[in-house]
Amino acid sequence: MTTPLLQVRQLNRRFGGLHAVKDICFDVQRQHIKAVIGPNGAGKTTLFNLIAGALPADGGEVIFGGRSISNWPAHRVAGAGLARTFQNVKLFGNMNVLENVMVGGHVRSRAGMLAGMFRAPHTRREEARIRARAGELLDLLDIAGLADRPAGALAFGQQRAVEIARALALEPQLLLLDEPAAGLNRHETGRLGDLIRKIRALNITILLVEHDMSLVMDISDEIVVLSFGEKIAEGRPAEIQRHPEVIRVYLGDDHA
Amino acid sequence: MPGRYTPLLILSALVVGLQLATAATGTSYYLTQLTMTAYYTLVVVGLCILMGYAGQISLGHAGFFAIGGYTTAFLTTFNLAPHAQQPVAALLLRTGLAVSGRDLYGAALTTLHPGLAFLCALALAAGVAVLIGIPVLRLKGHYLAMATLGFGLIVYRVVLGTPALGAADGLSDVPAFVLAPGVKIAGGAAGRIANYYAAWGLVILGALLVLNLMHSRAGRALAAIHGNEAAAQALGINTAAFKLRLFVFSAILAAAAGALLTHYTGGIGPSEAGIMKSVRYVAIVAVGGMANLWGTIGASALLNFLSLRGYFGIYDDAVFGGCLVGMMLFAPQGLRARATFDRLRAWVRGRRRT
Amino acid sequence: MTSELLVQYLLSGITIGSVYAIVAIGFNIIYNATGIINFAQGEFVMLGGMLAISCLPFMPLLLAVICAVAATALIGALLHFCFFRWLQAPSVLRMIVITIGLSILIREAALMIWGEQVRALPHFTGNEISSIRILGAYLSPQVLWVLGTAAVIVLVLSLFFARTRVGRAMRACAANPTAATLCGINAQAMVTIAFMLSAAIGALAGCVVSPMTQTQYDSGTSLAIKGFTVAILGGLGNSTGAAVAGLLLGVTEALAVSILPVAYKDVIAISLLLIALAVRPTGLFTARAAGALKEF
Repeated sequence: MTTPLLQVRQLNRRFGGLHAVKDICFDVQRQHIKAVIGPNGAGKTTLFNLIAGALPADGGEVIFGGRSISNWPAHRVAGAGLARTFQNVKLFGNMNVLENVMVGGHVRSRAGMLAGMFRAPHTRREEARIRARAGELLDLLDIAGLADRPAGALAFGQQRAVEIARALALEPQLLLLDEPAAGLNRHETGRLGDLIRKIRALNITILLVEHDMSLVMDISDEIVVLSFGEKIAEGRPAEIQRHPEVIRVYLGDDHA
Repeated sequence: MPGRYTPLLILSALVVGLQLATAATGTSYYLTQLTMTAYYTLVVVGLCILMGYAGQISLGHAGFFAIGGYTTAFLTTFNLAPHAQQPVAALLLRTGLAVSGRDLYGAALTTLHPGLAFLCALALAAGVAVLIGIPVLRLKGHYLAMATLGFGLIVYRVVLGTPALGAADGLSDVPAFVLAPGVKIAGGAAGRIANYYAAWGLVILGALLVLNLMHSRAGRALAAIHGNEAAAQALGINTAAFKLRLFVFSAILAAAAGALLTHYTGGIGPSEAGIMKSVRYVAIVAVGGMANLWGTIGASALLNFLSLRGYFGIYDDAVFGGCLVGMMLFAPQGLRARATFDRLRAWVRGRRRT
Repeated sequence: MTSELLVQYLLSGITIGSVYAIVAIGFNIIYNATGIINFAQGEFVMLGGMLAISCLPFMPLLLAVICAVAATALIGALLHFCFFRWLQAPSVLRMIVITIGLSILIREAALMIWGEQVRALPHFTGNEISSIRILGAYLSPQVLWVLGTAAVIVLVLSLFFARTRVGRAMRACAANPTAATLCGINAQAMVTIAFMLSAAIGALAGCVVSPMTQTQYDSGTSLAIKGFTVAILGGLGNSTGAAVAGLLLGVTEALAVSILPVAYKDVIAISLLLIALAVRPTGLFTARAAGALKEF
């Protein structure tokens, strides 16, 4: 068994009296699609924020690609190859779609402020490369026609797509998707599932938080179930569907 | 040439046009205040992008201006002649880093070369900016405003209270600064035109650098930080580091302006470090529009020139304070000529219909 | 240093420290209510002193102080009414810049009305040379007035926020304005009251300290800086912390003046501010992890 790409060990986070994430442990194998599910308030987004470095942890460890990234600042985690999207899509409203995706290319380029000011020759080539790559990603997500539109003027589903393209521009090893299907209809959700498989085929590992059970059961290799900050189950979709604890947490005691 | 450089060409044309106009109307004495205006404008070029892109307010930019001016003034007037035998002074003399001459009264005067003094001034300003910026800029929010307010006050108190820096009288007899062969930054009617072009040339150069920055990878990162800081961080952008670099850049511009203006006017006083000067810079950026480089340059040229000519009288400070409040209340994006014109046109059309 | 001298420094430090604490508490009240730092806070202190001095020829001291405090409170309310109340969801940056501009306008107006002259209220009891003996040191009785007033202010405010209906309503608004509005609390009115309270306590502090430190049109700025330093040291929004931090800063300044030249006195406070922001931005008394640094 190869080393997992992501290892979460005893992760903890408190907010005052609320123990939002309690001793969470799980692994994500390379090129797997793993889903994190659980009722509202289970601590899923907090877990994402802890892994991505947006929140400091109160204990525990996160190991990514063999390196401990615990308590690394968010930008450093991104530089290590971990990209994420947000539950409420955070696009840059002051730019158009193409520029938004180009920002994703920041980590794979190096022209600094001085080089930018003096228009050093290598910057032009780098800019062209970033621009071309952004264009490719827009094609991949089928939104090439939106390149010039201001990011704030898009429909919700389109904004989602731009955010994913932007995250892919990082050329990440691991992609964290926070509720990518929220607000999408069945048809769009189906296309999202295809997209996620396409991304996996590009050698990218995926960890997603999701409520849409049909999507989760359809594409996940493994599922982790959280409830009130604790992991109550982990396994393949078929096992999770039959797991008594999971059923109880979602549907209540009568159904267990 | 990309369209983004057009305003730069217009500015250059205006600069030349203005000089020719003053020559034609025999009002060349205006050039002195216009040159001083240029140096004050250099300060706001840096401040504008700091406020517009990093969203940070510096209430102490006069402090950086003063650091630039006082450092050059001190280093170019401090007489090393009495210490000529000491190893450091002797070394400076031998390597040409110090220059010898005679002062007003014919006594031997050895001071640091103005070029070296200039670099020291910039380095000091950059160093201080780093010192303040590192702890403060990683905090979310506007702590930089208070920190720079405090910093400006410290500089003011230090230059006011230190006899070696001239205390309340400031420093004077600052020598000329040779920018290029034949171009001496100094006062006097003879070099008026050359100095005018040198000063505005520097403003245009500064604007060019800022313009290039805005359209580069770093500029995109800055825009991203401005758009959504959390998302920018999640994309690998070290927001604190970028804000710091921008802060240091703006501090260096302010110090350069301070140093060169000091050479031009031959001296500097504590008032240049005062809080009112800092507020003035912020007010100008507010009027011109944060991140609106051309608006800011225009606002700076107009307001500074009027102030220097004395049009505001005793209400000088009140005018800038009032501008600040007024702009923030009614037009936080600055005076956007285009939008205002459109609205005016729509209003006029509406009236005609009824 | 002799023990009398030490006591002297300590007491004078605590005295000026209480003024800093009051300014900081004023910052905190408005910050808690609106999330902005009111740069004009120092000007309230200056206005209190100046207005009282102007009223003095026409009425007894006590009445002059009361009038000054009331007038400044009114000015605070006016500031909120004219400049903040009607703004639609302004950004924090915009509001900060407005308060900066306002502090300048107030200062310029003060310059125009009262000139550059340094003025002072007469001592409340006794005169400039009367002194009382405390723990071996000789101090002006005004010191007791300052300390007493500060203590009363802190006490009354604690009771106000904890026990009265309006006080609790203000705390609700500070915690969650939307929820408070849904409960029937007029959020805007609460903010106006916050401004009035801030202005009033600032003015009172300005009156009571005027005999000792004198009042000038620009006394407000350095007070604002020091008040802010104290507010940060005590934890932004935490008024008990502000009280303690204020005393600490006052004493540190007083002791430092015995070593450094007086011209650099302000430098101490500011350096402390920068160090605090660098090392312990959540304040001396808040546990580091107890939530993110309050944004303003």
